[in-house]
This record gives sequence, C-alpha cells and structure tokens, in this order.
Amino acid sequence: MTAIFKREFKSYFATPIGYTVLAAFYFFLSVFFVQIYSAGVPQISWVIMSMSTVAIFVLPVLTMRIISEDRKQKVDQALFTAPVSLTSVVLGKFLAAFAVYAIGFLPTVIFEAILMFNVTVNFMSYIYSLLGILLLGACLISIGMFISSLTESSVISAIITLLINIVILFDFAKLITVPTAENAIGKVWAKLVEWFVWLLEKLSFMTVFQNFGENVFSIADIVYFLSITAVFIFLCVRSLERKRWA
Amino acid sequence: MIKVTGLSKRYGTHLAVSNVSFEIAKGEVVGFLGPNGAGKSTIMNILTGYLSTTQGSAEIDGFNIAEFPEQAKRRIGYLPEIPPLYTDMKVREYLNFIYDLKKVKFPKKPHIDEILKLVKIDHVENRLIKNLSKGYRQRVGFAQALVGNPDVLILDEPTVGLDPKQIIEIRNLIARLGKNHTIILSSHILSEIQAVCKRVIIINRGQLIADDTAQNLATKLSSDHTLVARIICAEKDMLEALQTIKGVKSVTSLGRKEEGSFDFLIEPETNVDIRAAVFDRVVSRGKTLLSLTNNSASLEQVFLRLTETADNDEARRLLGTIEEPEKAETQTEEKEEN
Repeated sequence: MTAIFKREFKSYFATPIGYTVLAAFYFFLSVFFVQIYSAGVPQISWVIMSMSTVAIFVLPVLTMRIISEDRKQKVDQALFTAPVSLTSVVLGKFLAAFAVYAIGFLPTVIFEAILMFNVTVNFMSYIYSLLGILLLGACLISIGMFISSLTESSVISAIITLLINIVILFDFAKLITVPTAENAIGKVWAKLVEWFVWLLEKLSFMTVFQNFGENVFSIADIVYFLSITAVFIFLCVRSLERKRWA
Repeated sequence: MIKVTGLSKRYGTHLAVSNVSFEIAKGEVVGFLGPNGAGKSTIMNILTGYLSTTQGSAEIDGFNIAEFPEQAKRRIGYLPEIPPLYTDMKVREYLNFIYDLKKVKFPKKPHIDEILKLVKIDHVENRLIKNLSKGYRQRVGFAQALVGNPDVLILDEPTVGLDPKQIIEIRNLIARLGKNHTIILSSHILSEIQAVCKRVIIINRGQLIADDTAQNLATKLSSDHTLVARIICAEKDMLEALQTIKGVKSVTSLGRKEEGSFDFLIEPETNVDIRAAVFDRVVSRGKTLLSLTNNSASLEQVFLRLTETADNDEARRLLGTIEEPEKAETQTEEKEEN
C-alpha cells in the first residue's frame, strides 16, 4: 500500500495534473478569502464551504486516470500479480489522491492565522468546515475512483464522474415545485414528482454537508460520509475483482 | 514447483483454455509453444493470479494461486506480453517501486544494481521509460520480473521486438537464469524454444497437444526430411525430372533465388533417402547441381502444419500421440502446407 501510495502521489506531480488541481484550489481559496476579508466577515468556514463547488469540477480530473490508465498501459498486470491484495492497491491509490486534495486546503491554515491576528474567530467552526470538506472530498474521490475502474478511457471517466458530482451536489430538488393536484391523473403526477424530489434530496450530499458549515457537530454526519466512501472503495475493489473473472 | 490440473478458462462463450494439465519440476526450463491466440498468455495470466480460472487449479510451490495468492505470487516473477511499465517513471525509480510493491527483503540498492547489470540497462537507469526503445522497455520489463529473485519466472514472449543481438543476449540470460530458476517461456517461434528449453509444451486452440522434450519433438516432427536443391536448369523440365524419381512424394519450385539457377523443394516419402537419386537425376539430365541441403526450415513448417490442422486430434495424430487412422487424411494435410 505504501509503495502504491508513494508512486501515485509522485506521479501526480510528475504530470501537470497535481499542479493544475492545486493551482485551481489555491486560486479559488484566495479569491474567496479576499472576498470575506474585504467584506469584513471573518468566517473562514464560508470560504471552505464554498470550495465544494470547485471540488465538484476539479476532483474528476484528479481521479479520472487513477485506475483506467493502469489498464490502458497494461501496468495493472504488475500490480495484480504482485503479492499484495487488491484492497491495498485501491487504498494506496485512494490515499494518494486524497493527500493531493488535502494539500489543496493547506492555505486555509494561513488564512485562519491572519484572521486570528486581526479579529476574534470561532476556531471550532474552522475545524468543522475543514473536516466537512475533507470528508466530502473522500466521498467524491472514492466515487471517481470507482467510475475510473469501470472504463479504460480517462476522458469518459472524467465526464461521468463530473455528471455524478453535479447531481450529487447541486440542490436540484429545490428547483422543482410539486404541482398541485386537480384530478386523478394530476394526483398521480404530483406523487411521481414528489418521489423524484425525495430521491434527489436523498442522493444529494448537500444537506448533510451544510451541517458542517453551521457549526453543528454530529457523529451521524461523519459516519454518513465515511460509510459512502467505504462503500465505493469496496465497489471499486469488486469491479477490479470482477475483471479477473470476465 | 508448478502444478496445473484441469485448467479451463471461458470468456463469455469462447473457451480460451480447455482442460490443460501439466507439472513442472523445480529447475526445469519449459517452453510454451503455440500460435497467437492459442491460449498461452491466458494460461500464464492464470498462473500468475492475474486472471481467475473457470475450472481447475494452479499451484505454485504447493500454494494454490486462488487460495493463497500472496504466498504464490511471492514466488513468481512475471513478464507479460506487453511489459507493465509506468512510462512516466525513470528506470531505477520504477524498479525501486516494484521492489517496494513486492515487499522484497534483501538490501535494496545492491539488489537493484545487480538486476540492472544483469539485463544490461545500467546505463539507462536515469532515463524516463517513455523515452526508451522497445528493446530497452522489454528489458526493463524483464528486470521487473527479476526483482525479489523469485524461484519461478514466467516470461511471455520475452524476445518479441528485440534486434537479433538483443535476442541472443536475452536467450543467454534465460539460459543462465535457468540454472537456478524454474522458467516458463512462451513463444510462437520454435527455434527460440529449442535454443533455451529442454522441455516443450505445445498449446493449440486452448488445448495441450504435446508435452515432450524438444529433441523428441524435433525428431517426431521432422520425420520427413525435405530437401532444397539449387540447380542450373530450365524450371519446367527439371520439375518433371525430379518428380519422377522413385521415393519422391512432391516437388515444388521455389523460383529463382540465385541468378541462372532454380531452387526446388523436394519432399521424399517417409524414411527414404533420396539424396543420391536426386544427384544422379540432375547429372543424367546434363544439368549442374549447385547445392543440396536439408531444409532447415522444415521444423517450423511442421510446427505450422501442426497448429493449422482442422482440429487438435489431427495435430495429435501427426505427433503420433494418437494412432494414424488413414493415410489419405495426412496427405491432404501436407498439400496444404505447400
């Protein structure tokens, strides 16, 4: 696992991918920070929560090649014939991507320090929001990694992951109004729309994620993200295992 | 060391490997011979744990690859058909990664140094793999298989894409490694297998059709020695003249290979020496025989014939593993070859 982690982590910076992702994070972090600083609202958690939108678009780039490229280059034959389990290969890759993502939030430490010198800040709200964005990232990385294990093409992997991320994180449910029922058909239709909205709400991480920004600490929310991450890592291992049987 | 029992692999409806069994003792160097698509790579992928089996089992040093994958894989060095290389890494960096991946216990630097020297890539150790030529990539792939000094080496067409000098080097290397390793080597080139392996397993259409020493196979396969004669003559007349020699089964003109002469491929009937007769016939027609050679390519041709047969039973018949039912069948076979 350590060998895979080291290699993957290095490879992010042997190619422009790692730098591009970090550049995007640092750019938007700075823009958001300047915004709150000039507006006089010392809420670093707002900066971090806003980064979720950036993460949606940037994370597919981080995960698109993570497994698909190995199969394309046939390197998977070295990985899967080495005396290591599939799970540790997948975990190594996951942790490498997660490490790059986490490094993307290092500047917030400096921002928090700057704020602390100037105004009184709620330190716990910084920790909660940071925890939230990291958990969200772990989730999105595991989903992206699973998608990457399904295809040999990094482009297809990136596009599908992006679409899934958008469905998951934009609150589409709010945009839909349930029609008022007038007759029998209308009632059925209203019920269907209601179910659809309910489904979208359940699929969306947004409600859970926002709790982290509102200084509400809840073990349930943490477990929610961790379990989704675990499920997709497991699915990824299964998908690789299935390839052996194909 | 390696024990394969009733191995089958099905891809959808296609049966890629069907009921293959063999055993390889410690220290043996065994060649897998078969045309492309015969199932050699599939068997190797199963042995190394990359693919699962549909039926049957494979054991490495007593460890079933499905039940104890880590113990089994630890004993194997695998060079797949396409070397598994991270092209964005440098050669030494990549081998260090493989070393970590395989959790090797020996001291790192001397071990990698030794391998780099052994496969002669020490002078490119700091170059990016993507900038290396096919031959060098193949050697890096070879080096990767050697990391950790595993007892069993499984090499899938290790000399493909190399120039003749490199081929000889790799063959020598395999021969040297064969002294203290168990090696399975696949190839579709018979002479290559002959050069390094004592024992040959022939695989065709997913089935094992022969398992014997290279020498035995060679004698079995080349029971009919075809001759190539180079004669200064007119093509048509000589073709007729040669065909009427007693004991000659067929004559084919190979065309003009050297200015002023023609080459003929002469196939005698089994166990008949016709060399003297050919010489006499040429002289009696007042022509000059420039050369008369045993057709060295015939081994290849017989192998081709073996693998191009309509079904594997026919191939086994050619090898003598099954009794020959009737002569007519084999004869049509030989015509196809020409």
